[in-house]
Amino acid sequence: MPPSIEARQLTKRYGQFTALSGLDLSIQGAKCVGFLGPNGAGKTTTMKILTGLIRATKGTALINGVDVASDKKAALASCATLIETPEIYPALTPKEALSMLCEIRGVPRQDKNKRIDDALARVKMSEWADKKVGGFSKGMKQRVNVASTLLSDPEVIILDEPSSGLDPRGMSEVRDIVTSLRDRLVFMSSHLLAEVTEVCQEVAMIDHGKLLVYDTIENVTAKFAGGGGAAEVGFAGNVDEQLRVRVSKLPGVTSTTKSNDRHLIVKYDTAVLTQDKLLESVAGLKAGAITFSQASGLEDAYLSLIKETL
Amino acid sequence: MSREGSKAAVGSLVHVGIAAKYNFLNYFRARRFYVMLAIILIIAGLLTALVGYYRPPGFVDGGALGFYGAGWGSFASIVVVLSAAFFGGDAISGEFQNRTGYFLVPNPIRRSAIYVGKWLAALTASTIILAVFALAMLANGLFYFPGNVPWEFVESFAFAWVYLVAAMSLAFAFSSLFKSSSISVLMSVILLLFVFSVIDTVSSLVAGIEPWFSLTYGAGIVSNILNVPYPAAKTVTPFGPGGRFTVVSYNATVPEGLLILLVYLVVMAVLGLVLFERKEFTS
Repeated sequence: MPPSIEARQLTKRYGQFTALSGLDLSIQGAKCVGFLGPNGAGKTTTMKILTGLIRATKGTALINGVDVASDKKAALASCATLIETPEIYPALTPKEALSMLCEIRGVPRQDKNKRIDDALARVKMSEWADKKVGGFSKGMKQRVNVASTLLSDPEVIILDEPSSGLDPRGMSEVRDIVTSLRDRLVFMSSHLLAEVTEVCQEVAMIDHGKLLVYDTIENVTAKFAGGGGAAEVGFAGNVDEQLRVRVSKLPGVTSTTKSNDRHLIVKYDTAVLTQDKLLESVAGLKAGAITFSQASGLEDAYLSLIKETL
Repeated sequence: MSREGSKAAVGSLVHVGIAAKYNFLNYFRARRFYVMLAIILIIAGLLTALVGYYRPPGFVDGGALGFYGAGWGSFASIVVVLSAAFFGGDAISGEFQNRTGYFLVPNPIRRSAIYVGKWLAALTASTIILAVFALAMLANGLFYFPGNVPWEFVESFAFAWVYLVAAMSLAFAFSSLFKSSSISVLMSVILLLFVFSVIDTVSSLVAGIEPWFSLTYGAGIVSNILNVPYPAAKTVTPFGPGGRFTVVSYNATVPEGLLILLVYLVVMAVLGLVLFERKEFTS
């Protein structure tokens, strides 16, 4: 059985600029794979080539063993895609737009309405089903776009920053949807490392058009996150420099970084400190710590692999 | 991981029908269809009112054929050009500029099926507009000349429709060439309304060459068929002192005109399709 998604020496040049440089990637099986990289790394370019929106300068992109460039129709026969933030014909309703995609993808007529209703219900757009898309906000349109990937029971789903344009609730709902789709291959690009950590089992990192690593999140974290543990501590009040230094000086703590006004990422030496001991120590400071959670090592791995952002 | 049975393979011809159906629905619901319809009704209404009030000799004194020649013959080409530009001018470029292509293209459907489907939708919408104008002219004609519908009017309508098909192909080619909707619409209008006319004039009057390469020259059959007898293929008119100078004008015969329209239809349709196939969704 061929890999579900395969890139062979995929290269894309725009004049002098090389967006992708000999990318090799092979993904198979039912799982969610996060596709990470800085702006301009080549994530969207890869996904556009995989979905026939652009052509590779060199190399081959295959879905379920079929070359997208030579037979896009066959390659995408069992693939749903969401690339960037598509617009929908403004005079159509979500029901009509999704009906068009159902017909294109060959969803049986008797199933069509139920699939559309279910998809719209999952993205909480049922009550807007018969309103013209032209009047929708960006977030509402993106919900319909997400619904479009749920229509035809695809084997492969390619999502390019699916949470883009959504409010926090919408983002959470998309995460839930993607999590529920792990019985098939989901290939998802995102800038949100927490989102990738939550919903993906594997991660591919790309920079300057080249694949840096493709492995399970655990392996990537173990190899590149620099060892040790990390926790995120939330405080009732703002975290000032004095508080950060106090936490830094706790035994076993190797570094502290503010993740936002009220949260600190605390890295610690696991040879000296366990998570429960760290929790006790932080609570012992009586500095208003109110939440404590294990932090993802993916950010560390990302930062150690990707040295600069364009 | 196979999910057989959940969907069936869809043929490209069916895809053409699907693309045509939903694009036509989009056209039909959109403001532009009604704007175009309003423009046509205003032109038809003005013609009706002016002819009814002033009774210009060109309209009412030349018999039924003269009436259709002065009304339909003078305005049908403008209706064709406006319809082709309105519905075809941004059909493809709009997919790029408005980003609707990101919704439609990354699906198991060939770009050619999308192109042909959109072309059919635009042609259907334009045909409705052309038919409404023809019906308005017909109603006027029947009012002044009851029971007298010249066969030449039917032929002229058929030629106007062929011109519409060719003009639509040209508009689609421009639409595939440019990423900006407004530029592609504007280019279609300018080319069809002005540039080709200038080429026709310069070619025949100045250079003395029959403008067989011009779309509007071929489209001349739409109005020429309403003249009896059909205008001569070549007319040399002397002017100046002692007739020292001559002005040469050309008229395409019906077979020539149809051939020119057909060649434009095929060449521009293929050119537009090739351009669309090669065009990339870069933002």
